[in-house]
Amino acid sequence: MRLRQKSKNTFSEERVIPPRIGLLWLLGAVVLVLSPHLLRQPLWLSLFCLAVLGWRGFQLLRNWPAVNKWIRIFFTFAGFIAVLRSYGTITGRDAGLALLTVMLCLKLLEMKTQRDTMLVIFIGYFLVIGQFLYDQAIFIGLYLFLAVLVLTTALIFLNHPGSQRSHWRYNIKTAGGMLLQAMPMMVLLFILFPRIPGPLWGLPNQETMGRTGLSDEMSLGSITNLVNSEEIAFRAAFETDIPPANQLYWRGPVLWHTTGRHWRGIAETDPLTQRPPPDFTASGEASLYTVTLEPHDKRWLFALDLPASISIAARSRVDYQLLATKKVTELTRYQASSYLQYQVSSLAPDLETIALHLPLRANPRTRQLAQEWRQKGLSTNEIVTRAMAYISEGNFFYTRQPPALTGPNPVDSFLFDTKRGFCEHYAASFTTLMRAAGIPARVITGYQGGELNTQGNYLLVRQSDAHAWSEVWLDDRGWVRIDPTSLIPVENVETTIDASRFRSTLAKSLRYGDISCLSRGLSQMRQNWDAVNHAWNQWILGYGPETQDEFLTKLGLGKMNWQQIIALMFGLIILVLLPVAAYLLLRQAPATDPVNRLYQRFCQQLAKRGLPLKPGEGPVDYANRIITAQPEWASPVQQITALYTALRYAKVSHHEQFLELKNRVADFKP
Amino acid sequence: MSQIPKAKLNLSRFFTGVGPETGPILLDRRRVYILPSRSGVIFALVLFAMLLGAINYSNSLAHALTFLLASLGTVSMLHTFRNLRGLKFHPGQCHSVFAGETALFPLRIENNGDPRFAIKLAWPGQAPIIVDLAASDSRWINLPCPTSQRGRLKMQKANIYSRFPLGIFHAWGHVQFKTECIIYPRPSPERELPLQSISHSEAQGDRGRGSDDFASLRSYHAGDSLRHVHWKAFAREQGLLTKQFGGEQTDELWLNWEALAGLDVETRLSRLCRWILEADKLGLDYGLSLPDKQLPPGHGETHRHACLKALALFGNESK
Repeated sequence: MRLRQKSKNTFSEERVIPPRIGLLWLLGAVVLVLSPHLLRQPLWLSLFCLAVLGWRGFQLLRNWPAVNKWIRIFFTFAGFIAVLRSYGTITGRDAGLALLTVMLCLKLLEMKTQRDTMLVIFIGYFLVIGQFLYDQAIFIGLYLFLAVLVLTTALIFLNHPGSQRSHWRYNIKTAGGMLLQAMPMMVLLFILFPRIPGPLWGLPNQETMGRTGLSDEMSLGSITNLVNSEEIAFRAAFETDIPPANQLYWRGPVLWHTTGRHWRGIAETDPLTQRPPPDFTASGEASLYTVTLEPHDKRWLFALDLPASISIAARSRVDYQLLATKKVTELTRYQASSYLQYQVSSLAPDLETIALHLPLRANPRTRQLAQEWRQKGLSTNEIVTRAMAYISEGNFFYTRQPPALTGPNPVDSFLFDTKRGFCEHYAASFTTLMRAAGIPARVITGYQGGELNTQGNYLLVRQSDAHAWSEVWLDDRGWVRIDPTSLIPVENVETTIDASRFRSTLAKSLRYGDISCLSRGLSQMRQNWDAVNHAWNQWILGYGPETQDEFLTKLGLGKMNWQQIIALMFGLIILVLLPVAAYLLLRQAPATDPVNRLYQRFCQQLAKRGLPLKPGEGPVDYANRIITAQPEWASPVQQITALYTALRYAKVSHHEQFLELKNRVADFKP
Repeated sequence: MSQIPKAKLNLSRFFTGVGPETGPILLDRRRVYILPSRSGVIFALVLFAMLLGAINYSNSLAHALTFLLASLGTVSMLHTFRNLRGLKFHPGQCHSVFAGETALFPLRIENNGDPRFAIKLAWPGQAPIIVDLAASDSRWINLPCPTSQRGRLKMQKANIYSRFPLGIFHAWGHVQFKTECIIYPRPSPERELPLQSISHSEAQGDRGRGSDDFASLRSYHAGDSLRHVHWKAFAREQGLLTKQFGGEQTDELWLNWEALAGLDVETRLSRLCRWILEADKLGLDYGLSLPDKQLPPGHGETHRHACLKALALFGNESK
């Protein structure tokens, strides 16, 4: 050991032992960065991190001894295995970040030299990014920016060996100033750096986090969870007029197949889905709007009935359900147009078969009712009217706590016995009734309505706006939307909470029915806050490859290829760094000592007469040289020199002497 | 390779700096170099990993943070450069030391701008001296340099560098003055003076050891041994007085190279060096006789330095 140390006598900056105050700041920064991670990670990892942090703190404050090397090696293996046991893998987002956390803690344990501490800071920066993979809300962004500020401050402390506790104000100011100076370049990079569509190595399925959203299956009672959720589904900003509430049907998965209780869409593998959607004739103006869709880990996109075009890679299925080419795992923005007045031209025979299919045995009473109507010789239109009247006049109730439909014939139980339910009960039952009567019908799920944000002039659609309705095929009118939930009389809506959830054509008046002044103010605040969030989503989180294209085109840079964009980016970066460089490098040195300045002026006067101060020459020598050369200046030169040396070197600071010097220098005109 | 184009000469300046200089050295923009440090390279790799993560998860804020950190790194380059640029260095006089001791090369750092932090000064490969400078501050720094041989120790090239504030860039410059330090020979451990070579010019009295026969006080002249200053009188604010000893006769001690015949050169010099120190301590007048140089007997700081310098440069000065 001794020999090796001797041979390593060359000095390395990386091996310097950093100042203790820097290490304390580092610990603080690590606590800030790790906190949100620890809330999510397994308990053992959180406890381990807290133990390491606590130990480090005591070690620094109380000078505890360092941890034995073998203990560190043990923890390294134990941590690795524990991550593997907890997650079953060591790659991917969750396990990868857990492993990074373990590494950070181990590094904290052994941290000694400058290089170690720098590495801890860098891992800290990385963990900040890790947190963004889970949450990108404004507050999280602000919190983590604070964490970056503290990390950077710690970095400054660590690189300042003489740093003192009292330097924190200056160091935070420096860190903040540097981050501020970095902003323009960051903005340029953010806007212009070519965005590559991810993922690069794929997102394993397990990483989707059970996000809420519609599914393409429905069994009576399943939407309940959604209806309770205040989470945001999407926001829609309209370029054209916002359609009336009773037209705001956001189309999602279309459900065809039923077992009597469960409904599901046409499977992705079914060749039917590859078929192009039938033509439709539209009347009226198209509605144009931009949707900012929250990630829901499914492929479907939402658009108003009936979607005509969409700006991102997506296709319309045969039932006009829009599907993106990949799962919506990130905030997605798209423009779409829809025609609210439409007539679909045709229904293919094989689809008609599916739209009429009912399981043979289920729900006999429903089938019997439909058969009765048929046998009475009613026309298709009359049957539809009769069925609607059955619901509107049949003492049906809208409730969020419907009685369970446990029997083998849930639709029968609902239509004839319980008569209490919400949208999916009504949609499923109405569709079943239609099919039983020989009318092709299907269930559409999606969202209905939305809350108008007057601040941002967009519609906010929450998960609680999830809805289900029916479409029936009428030979003369094509697919016609019928929302049986909207047929329930207002007085049959059970509670005010239900009323506020009760989205239908009648919903408007209900929703503002009992809102007091206070809650209107609150709702105003909520709207403002949501408008901020919407802007954040739209302009920051939603900025991806497509939005970049769109934005650059708007700026008139659409025709540039990526090489040109990069060249432009670097040019602009230099341009925005110039002011920073000028600020740092050209700033005038703060005024030197006023005594020095006066003396310099005196020297300049003499330099003009060919007697400049020589480098290294003291004031007395200089004075002697001048007097030898120009004896007639002897008196002022001697006086000025005497005053100067007295003020400068004798450390006297008499104001009179200073004024005297000032006057003499001013009068000295050789 | 034989013909080096002019541009390459600049490159050599990049690595080795300009040669020794006399006057003050200003580290202007052409004399401050900057490159990423090793930690900076690691930082760049981490940033790249962040970018890959951001792309893979199409995460906007991850992109934003990666870009922010990249910009921060770029800005820190300017800060590190600023921290060093514009510093001015003035040479100082180096005090002689004996071989084996540490010579100190004094430098004055002058800061005419904003505060500077963690400015490091070091000989290549050595641990640095670290200074902070307030705005418009200047400070003397002694750069220690271990010595092993007598002679002239020329100032080596000193590295001036800094990694403040973030440590990811390393800015450096070189300072080398024509300052040199006279290194005296290492004094021999044998303290015996060759008292047989004392020549009594007027052979009376017992002046040999004698600082005990105090004669009178006279006012201090430059060159008087500080050992003979009457400090008590000085403390009573009576001015600097020198004690005078003995009668008019002065004992002259000749320290002679030839007296050490049979020893090798360095040992002889080392013994002579010790003799000078001992004689000076005793307040004797001593002369030095070297093959190439004779220094007549004398005493005082200046004389001592002249003698020791003669030893230090013995045999080297002809060049």
